[in-house]
Amino acid sequence: MIEARLRLVWPGFSLEVDERLPAAGVTVLFGHSGSGKTTLLRCIAGLEQAADGFLTFKGEVWQDARTWVPPHRRPLGYVFQEASLFPHLTVLGNLRYGRDRSRRRHREGDSRNERVSLDQAIELLGIGHLLDRKPGRLSGGERQRVGIARALAVNPRVLLMDEPLAALDLPRKQEILPYLERLHEQLAIPVVYVSHSSDEVARLADHLVVMDAGSVLASGALSDVLSRLDLPIRLGEETGVVIEGRIVERDARWHLVRVSWGGEGVWVRDPGGADGRTVRVRILARDVSLARERTQGSSILNILPARVIGMGDDEHPALTLAKLTVDGAVLLARLTRRSCAELGLMPGRPIWIQIKAVALL
Amino acid sequence: MFLSENDIGSILLTLRLAAVVTVILFVLGTPVAWWLARTRSRWKGPVGAIVALPLVLPPSVLGFYLLVVLGPDGPVGRLTQSLGLGLLPFTFWGLVVGSVFYSLPFMVQPVQNAFEAIGERPLEVAATLGASPLDAFMTVALPLAGPGFLTAGVLSFAHTVGEFGVVLMIGGNIPGVTRVASVQIYDHVEAMEYGDANRLAVVMLVFAFAVLLSVYGSRRRPEKG
Repeated sequence: MIEARLRLVWPGFSLEVDERLPAAGVTVLFGHSGSGKTTLLRCIAGLEQAADGFLTFKGEVWQDARTWVPPHRRPLGYVFQEASLFPHLTVLGNLRYGRDRSRRRHREGDSRNERVSLDQAIELLGIGHLLDRKPGRLSGGERQRVGIARALAVNPRVLLMDEPLAALDLPRKQEILPYLERLHEQLAIPVVYVSHSSDEVARLADHLVVMDAGSVLASGALSDVLSRLDLPIRLGEETGVVIEGRIVERDARWHLVRVSWGGEGVWVRDPGGADGRTVRVRILARDVSLARERTQGSSILNILPARVIGMGDDEHPALTLAKLTVDGAVLLARLTRRSCAELGLMPGRPIWIQIKAVALL
Repeated sequence: MFLSENDIGSILLTLRLAAVVTVILFVLGTPVAWWLARTRSRWKGPVGAIVALPLVLPPSVLGFYLLVVLGPDGPVGRLTQSLGLGLLPFTFWGLVVGSVFYSLPFMVQPVQNAFEAIGERPLEVAATLGASPLDAFMTVALPLAGPGFLTAGVLSFAHTVGEFGVVLMIGGNIPGVTRVASVQIYDHVEAMEYGDANRLAVVMLVFAFAVLLSVYGSRRRPEKG
């Protein structure tokens, strides 16, 4: 648990936060630029000092009225937006810089209590062939991978990442995202991740904190926050939910797999890989339509029984968002108010949902 | 022989003075440059201006005030006397003190620029990697500012070699003690020994050009971080 009560006032900006973040899984701080998400992350790292602050990490006080633990004494790894590698050191020199210092600090002669070893960090980020190079001779994507490995090599108790993909173009992002997902799956290090990309939220977040104008609008488990109807932050076309399920069935003939949660599930394109593994699917509100009866003769593959649990305003007065539950998973559907009236939608009502598109993440 | 014994003596004295001054400036100038590069204090402007004064002041003005302050009735002069060090004016170490002030901007400004160019980020990175501020200064700021230090050292050395007015004011013209090469040339000219003056002047000219070439010629584009 990271407990943060921080107040910081600058000309034209103020941050006021009272939050408990889980010290497990990936917590994404999400918001537009100027929302204070990076400032909050920097306060956690100790790179920024809120005049009025209280900060604990797993019960250890990092900041209160009398205590100030400087950043170099906090057991954390930090990934900056630009990789910010030391240009005078090789890739290996960069990795060792933090490694050696954290070792000295903890007098860890052996590697038994290491959450991640240097070799593991190198392997995980796929940078083994770059170790002798100087940062000036790396591509943008390679540099950021080294930056992430360098932060991991510190053997941190928490990994803080400040929009690590924002400075990269789309192909580079696609290059790095799988490495981040591997971190998520293979390491037990909690991550606090700053982002303004709903795609990164959908793929990485377990816990989502939505920020605006220096304060927290919403905070909670990913599916809870994404399916909230009262959230003033609008994702527009990106409004939708993420559901975690397991691959339970494979249709070899049509190259489809069934991702299931509870008893229900959806068919998606076969991504390859083994059955039984846990995956995420993203279903956007605009891709979900509703019907009173189960339609026959439709091209739509995924037609599921659902129950309405709430209705909310959407960004245009003609539109409304319906919140539905399918076997415990929550979905959003975007429809016009007219359709809503014609269908007679109201909470508690059973309804069929037709899902036009499911993205396997 | 190309140069006379006196000429060679003056050159050796000049080199010794410049070397001592440059070493002292590395020690004194680096913290000043670091402070100027990173402070948000309102004293940054005034301190920066004082450091830069020798760039625009006539050396005779600087020399005059140093003479007064270091002299028998000046505050520093009284102090050095009471410490048993005697008076500094017209000694080698008096020249060193004058030259340190005179060449200070040539040390501070390139180093300050180098520190400013590094910016906050590499030091923040070092902190998140567990480096204390001193550790980060030694292992990140100093290496990254290396080219700036090289430029600063070369310019300070060369500028000290080239000074004249301050030397004349507080050093006088004592052979083997304060008669540096620039003063020796002046003496030759006063004595109408144009040939001797020319030989020494050519040595100075070649030296100055070589120094500047080494500074400007070594500036390459820095590697990206």
